[in-house]
Amino acid sequence: MVEHPTDSHTLERYQATGGYAAAKRAVSMTRDELVEAVKSSGLLGRGGAAFSAGLKWSFLGPARPAYLVVNGDESEPGTFKDRQLLERDPHQLIEGVIITAIANEVHHAFIYIRGEYPKPARRVQQAVEEAYRQGYLGQGIFDTDFDLEVIVHLGAGAYICGEETALINSLEGLRGEPRLKPPYFPAAVGLYNKPTIVNNVETLSNLPHILNDGVDAFKALGHEADTGTFLFSVSGHVEKPGNYELPHGLTWRELIFDVAGGVPNGRKLKTWIPGGASAPWFVPPDHLDLPITKDDTAKAGSMLGSGAVVVMNDSTCVVRAAERVVRFFAHESCGQCTPCREGTSWLELILRRIESGQGREVDVDLLLDVSDNISVGLAWPPKMTTICPLGPSAVSPIISIIKYFKDEVMAHIHDSRCPLIA
Amino acid sequence: MSKWPEATEERARAIIAQYPNRRSAVMPLLYLAMSEEGYLTEAGMAGVAELVGITPAQVLSVASFYTMYKLEPVGRYLISCCTSISCMLLGSDDVLDALEEEIGVASGQVDSEGLIGLEHAECIGACGGAPAVQVNYELIEGINPEKARQLVEWLRKARPEVINTDEMQSLFGGRPSFDWAIAEDVGAVGPYPAYEPFGTVRSSTE
Repeated sequence: MVEHPTDSHTLERYQATGGYAAAKRAVSMTRDELVEAVKSSGLLGRGGAAFSAGLKWSFLGPARPAYLVVNGDESEPGTFKDRQLLERDPHQLIEGVIITAIANEVHHAFIYIRGEYPKPARRVQQAVEEAYRQGYLGQGIFDTDFDLEVIVHLGAGAYICGEETALINSLEGLRGEPRLKPPYFPAAVGLYNKPTIVNNVETLSNLPHILNDGVDAFKALGHEADTGTFLFSVSGHVEKPGNYELPHGLTWRELIFDVAGGVPNGRKLKTWIPGGASAPWFVPPDHLDLPITKDDTAKAGSMLGSGAVVVMNDSTCVVRAAERVVRFFAHESCGQCTPCREGTSWLELILRRIESGQGREVDVDLLLDVSDNISVGLAWPPKMTTICPLGPSAVSPIISIIKYFKDEVMAHIHDSRCPLIA
Repeated sequence: MSKWPEATEERARAIIAQYPNRRSAVMPLLYLAMSEEGYLTEAGMAGVAELVGITPAQVLSVASFYTMYKLEPVGRYLISCCTSISCMLLGSDDVLDALEEEIGVASGQVDSEGLIGLEHAECIGACGGAPAVQVNYELIEGINPEKARQLVEWLRKARPEVINTDEMQSLFGGRPSFDWAIAEDVGAVGPYPAYEPFGTVRSSTE
């Protein structure tokens, strides 16, 4: 996409640069070979949960038909990497879909794209049509007797549909509410109650490269257990926001100041969200020199999630920022579970009261109490009281500002105004 | 369904036929219904119910769940202003204020003419190009309050038939999240996604 920007999304260019070679090989490989290759590649899901993709595939239940659902519902605030993949490299995704379908005996694949991405959807639809015309999709792909139908399905504005079981409900034509796991692990009981693989756009986009370059080369691209490359979406107060494809292992200092060009306008780094709105925040200097790996981030009490890094400078009111994140979760809560439905709304209202200068002495304890109702013991990773992790996610910014910026929070309460506004 | 033109109903049937289970088609059919009347009316939803084979209540349960299914008119041009964390950090609240002032309505309302609707949106995946807005879900990245006012003025004066993202980006946009690389010559004609299988894409060059 860098070398051929104007036509990277076309079949012609994709093929000219080696595209569909992996799919052609995959058609004559066995299911076991393919699942084994993906397992040993160490590829982790790139949608936020970082679960082993190959292991997920190996859980696929025996009932048939089995389905593949591509999760293109990218909605985690700060994340825009799937958008670039869909818009600029849709055939790479389609090739990943084909490989996954063959590996999992799937003959119907659904590419679910959020409704707010009509341009990516147009590009994907055109690419799907090109692939059909070429005989890479449809009845008897690549002149074999393997059939594969691909349906592009648009969402309609609901972050929760990015949760795999909610996505399945949405695709079935129901309200996009998550299902309880167990028993509704998609690999066992998924779309139309059949075994279903749900994978993120970026995860699947890695597959052609794993097959073409080999498992060892894919591992070598990465850093220790975090194999392959990772797409970071960097935004907020940085000189060079954008999507960056990097191996893990660099430090946050390197990512923020070297890769993303540092904090502009003479401002200082105040805090940053390491992995999307659901992630607890990091602060300088403590976290700056941590290596960016799945494990180091978890040990430090956060996560890499969807790869969204949101940087905030010292002009940022952390109460305002936290309220904005919590407001998002309150809005997006599907409403099934009482702790989340009630809790996120109350957290938003309390924060808003504090931000507007009407905070009370008891409000910090109240925030922690409400948070504890949603996320018991404020544990990390959260202990689940709810069907899905949206509720506990809303607690992340609350814990972060109380832990790292208690003075600023209390100043709002004591002075009845934001200390950052002159 | 008597309200829909033959072509739309044919399109609906083709969409339904794609899915292993008919009920899955309720989402795309709701977009078709929106494209007929600009928003979802009871009659529109009843039509969806009839074609899919479920009850109007079941259709409403889906329609009421999602932000993009509009149960009230939202105008001919719906401006969605992202106010999530990354856009907020880069000044989206000032953009929203400017839009409210220029259009003359609070967020969540339509102007008195029924031409322009305004809403705040949650993260639309344009964080590298914050602040960002969409018009009929076509994106403008790197906007600012001044350009946002110009956008409203342009919509009122030019009344474009087709909303094209590249045209708007060159007139009112700034830094994008990534290189868009190539311009499209199609766009949206109402407050719903411009997507070929829905019949909602129009050429913007004719």
